[in-house]
Amino acid sequence: MGSLSLQGVRKSFGDFEAIKGVDLDIPDGEFVVFVGPSGCGKSTLLRIIAGLEEHTTGHVLIDDRVVDVVPPAKRGIAMVFQTYALYPHLTARGNMELGLKQEGTPRAEISARVAEAARMLALEPLLDRRPSELSGGQRQRVAIGRAVVRKPRLFLFDEPLSNLDAGLRVNTRLEIARLRRLLKATIIYVTHDQVEAMTLADRIVVLNHGRIEQVGSPLELYRRPANLFVAGFIGSPKMNFVQGTEAETLDAHTIGIRPEHIETNLEIGHWQGEIAHIEHLGTDTYLYVDVPKIGTMTVRLDGEADYSLGSSIFLTPRRTHLHRFDASGQRIAA
Amino acid sequence: MKQAPILRMRRVAVHTVLGAYTLVAILPVLLIIMNSFKDRKSIFAQPLMPPDASSFSLIGYETVMRQGDFLGYFQNSLIVTVGSIFFILLFGAMAAFALTEYRFRGNIFLFLFLALGVMVPIRLGTVGILEMMAKSGLVNTLTALILVYTAQGLPLAVFVLSEFMRTVSDDLKNAGRIDGLSEYVVFFRLVLPVVRPAMATVAIFSMIPIWNDLWFPLILAPSESTKTITLGAQVFIGQFVTNWNAVLAALTLSITPVLILYVLFSRQLIRGITAGAVK
Repeated sequence: MGSLSLQGVRKSFGDFEAIKGVDLDIPDGEFVVFVGPSGCGKSTLLRIIAGLEEHTTGHVLIDDRVVDVVPPAKRGIAMVFQTYALYPHLTARGNMELGLKQEGTPRAEISARVAEAARMLALEPLLDRRPSELSGGQRQRVAIGRAVVRKPRLFLFDEPLSNLDAGLRVNTRLEIARLRRLLKATIIYVTHDQVEAMTLADRIVVLNHGRIEQVGSPLELYRRPANLFVAGFIGSPKMNFVQGTEAETLDAHTIGIRPEHIETNLEIGHWQGEIAHIEHLGTDTYLYVDVPKIGTMTVRLDGEADYSLGSSIFLTPRRTHLHRFDASGQRIAA
Repeated sequence: MKQAPILRMRRVAVHTVLGAYTLVAILPVLLIIMNSFKDRKSIFAQPLMPPDASSFSLIGYETVMRQGDFLGYFQNSLIVTVGSIFFILLFGAMAAFALTEYRFRGNIFLFLFLALGVMVPIRLGTVGILEMMAKSGLVNTLTALILVYTAQGLPLAVFVLSEFMRTVSDDLKNAGRIDGLSEYVVFFRLVLPVVRPAMATVAIFSMIPIWNDLWFPLILAPSESTKTITLGAQVFIGQFVTNWNAVLAALTLSITPVLILYVLFSRQLIRGITAGAVK
């Protein structure tokens, strides 16, 4: 149990329309990630689902029940915040218990659920500490525990990893993935980090300017981006875009090719250019190549490629991996 | 390294100025306390000397205790001050929370209206207030004083507290709402503890003028049973003869509770004043 349906949801702040009509169905048990640049409305949408923000028009349904005017606590949701938002005056245990106490859950049941969540998240030795005595990663685990004990229909995560440092971020990401398999719950997860989106999601919802740009599995978005925005947003380094005659010969306004889908050669190739910058990452090497009349192309090579700055190089895109877009930025089907 | 002597000089200069100001602020208080323990003759003979074996006397305190119901005055002052502070903090914090947390029509207008009181001295309305109190039968009650002081303290409280309320994390409040806490619980249990330093600041700034006020007790509640300590101390100041022993003793006694409260609040007060100044 735990499906969500958004029907024509709009939200305006005065004259500014933050959410411009969103329709979305999320079946029970799916892990959906909302991703987009800052200000795209992803957090606002999550707050609308949580009931913390009122939508202007449209309907929100949780388990086929309209919850437009149902207060957050009665929606059967639990939320994990970017800033953890633990109650500073309560211990880790107190933080996890509070919601259940408010619901009037029997004492024994509360202790059992807290014990189970603490075991799941390895929080047992920390239960009697206050948030100020916990590290960032531990606080976030307590915050996740506070959500887990409520056994909600929907888990909402609002950029839960943004305040953690890089190493902890990977650990906590794995933790969330593991938890997800254990709980088999419906999860809606907001992030601006595409790595989190790609690694965690069953389906990704790409948002921009309050609109859904595309919904699909991570690889679907990678292989067949519906428009220029998604093509540029998913994938790192970014897809290269080429306009002009080059594109017109392929009946497109813009063509796109990912850095990993370009072959390099020193003697022969489709484009000739000069290496303007090289980044060595160990596992990969990124070449930034200035191609006359086209601009800078990014090329991603496996391993430690040996090129020198300023030398000439030929680039050839793999035909099968070319993406074509029309004048309005929409994908042209192959 | 070259800067070190300049820095040291600057530090010495800063401390000299601060020390001098501290002296100026503390000396009169010290003088009052010292002289309250001396007999009348030595107060005038050697006003700057601390009491010694020959000049030590508790006559002032004895007079104060004998004449009039000094403990009663004390109690009245305490009731009025504590009562007013309680209502100022309660209503001020509530108003500040409502103004910063909820978007509604006229929000900014209401905030400005409430804050306007900081600039308008409430004594301008004395005649109106007296008429109102007379009509509602509140003259010579402590309630009248508490009402007036609450009104007097609210603008500053709303002004200062709303600035602090804005800094309270939205996530924290929302987490509470998702856990099913009512808006009242969110306010009392989550927001108020976070703004405690600001509350202490407001409490001190509101408390001192209330405790020291002579104007409203004189006009609204001059009866024997409702006299406050400042009014009570006036008994000893006559047109022709002033009983200095008693006045100084009364003043010493009346300073004590403010000092105690200040010491209690001061840590929070300093945090309240410097919050925002240093991130």
